[in-house]
Amino acid sequence: MNINATLILQSIAMMIFVWFCMKFIWPPLIQAMDERRERIAEGLAASDQAEQELKAAKVKVGEQIREARDRASEIVEQATQRHTQILDQAKDDAHSERQRQVAAAEADIAQAANQAREDLRSSLASLAVLGAGKILEREVDTQTHRELLDKLIKEL
Amino acid sequence: MAGGSENITQSDYIRHHLQNLTFGQHADGSWGLADSAEEAQAMGFWAFNVDSLFWAVVLGAAFYFLFRNVAKKANSGVPTRFQAAIEFIIEFVDNSVRESFHGSSKFIAPLALTLFVWIFFMNMMDLIPVDWLPWVATSAGIHYQKVVPTTDANVTMGMSITVFILIIYFSIKIKGVAGFIGELTGQPFASDSMAGKIVFFIPNLILELVSLVAKPVSLGLRLFGNLYAGELIFILIAMIFTAGSGLVASGLSSLFGEHIPAWFWVVATATVFVTLWLNLKGKLDNKKTLWLLLAELLLVGGMAFLLGQLMHFSWAIFHLLIVTLQAFIFMMLTIVYLSMAHEHH
Repeated sequence: MNINATLILQSIAMMIFVWFCMKFIWPPLIQAMDERRERIAEGLAASDQAEQELKAAKVKVGEQIREARDRASEIVEQATQRHTQILDQAKDDAHSERQRQVAAAEADIAQAANQAREDLRSSLASLAVLGAGKILEREVDTQTHRELLDKLIKEL
Repeated sequence: MAGGSENITQSDYIRHHLQNLTFGQHADGSWGLADSAEEAQAMGFWAFNVDSLFWAVVLGAAFYFLFRNVAKKANSGVPTRFQAAIEFIIEFVDNSVRESFHGSSKFIAPLALTLFVWIFFMNMMDLIPVDWLPWVATSAGIHYQKVVPTTDANVTMGMSITVFILIIYFSIKIKGVAGFIGELTGQPFASDSMAGKIVFFIPNLILELVSLVAKPVSLGLRLFGNLYAGELIFILIAMIFTAGSGLVASGLSSLFGEHIPAWFWVVATATVFVTLWLNLKGKLDNKKTLWLLLAELLLVGGMAFLLGQLMHFSWAIFHLLIVTLQAFIFMMLTIVYLSMAHEHH
């Protein structure tokens, strides 16, 4: 083992290789690695965000479905209500119509009865006068007994 | 298996393995490669360990092209597996730098990466069986070949001295010349009075200089020592393994005599490879493969082969830890020293 000028040449060789490494090896590799680290971080963040968004969307969808379901049942309820309402209305209408018609018919009948009564009354008066005349065998002064007769008629 | 001559002693074998291929000025004034350890020694300081430098540069270039290849195609999209592996190393170094160095790391981080990967590659050369590359070199007519640059103190000290220069550069850049000198002389004995400062000037300077110089020396020698020892143990294992004599190889020697023929090893290795290959192709199940391997290993000379391989294998596994750990320690200490240079005390 001798110490000789190999020492110096090795030192020079070392500095050259270190320079090579410093210029051509380290920067591109470390840059690529840093870039990749950044990209991975970005990707992870993006996936986290997407997951969050998905969760939020799921919640929103659930809400919307629930809302729609509520609205649908509401509508059905309203329809049922309206249905019974219409039915009741129709029933009421029919009822009142019937009552109206019955009333009209009754009025007609009453009117006819009154008419008949009036007719009867008037004919009765004449008949009564006639009959009385026949009974008395004399002319009854219509005029004189009119009042009496009318009073009678009224009492009939 | 170790060099040119046939009858070499064990100490020759070890010495041969630990000798660098040195280029320098011969005693007669001409320049050339040293033919022996003595000649290399005689060349003095102005000589170069060609093998260390060659492998260091080759492995540095391997680091550069490997990482440059990825860096060119780097993008923030989905990485390929290879890119991910490279980025894992970058991330690891970047984290280490961030933990102990607070400030702009435009220079420190690439420095740490280069040191870590480069030293790791150089250390890994230790795991190539010790005789392979020297044998190739011998075939090509080169007599000495030490393939692990970090087992050469010149290489490790070259790097640690560069770190030392950086320590001084950053100290002066951040704290100024006065601040740096103040740091060297104002502690560990601190005094508020002028007289106290003058009294403590010299002791402080001595203590601080020692701790300053200890940094590059310990940094370089720690790496060198660990790898040198590891290499030496590999050489020792290889020696036991290939010697063909001695206790562990007695089975083989009794069969073949003093020299085990080369074809024996070729056949043995080929058999093991074929077994493993069949297993990988799905033609043999794992249990059968294990039994077959055991039988083969026992057949190929019993304990000689088995023990040698086992020792080599277990040491290689342990050494793998040392290789990585030492590369990491060198990088980490460089970061720590430079971060200390950046801080005011």
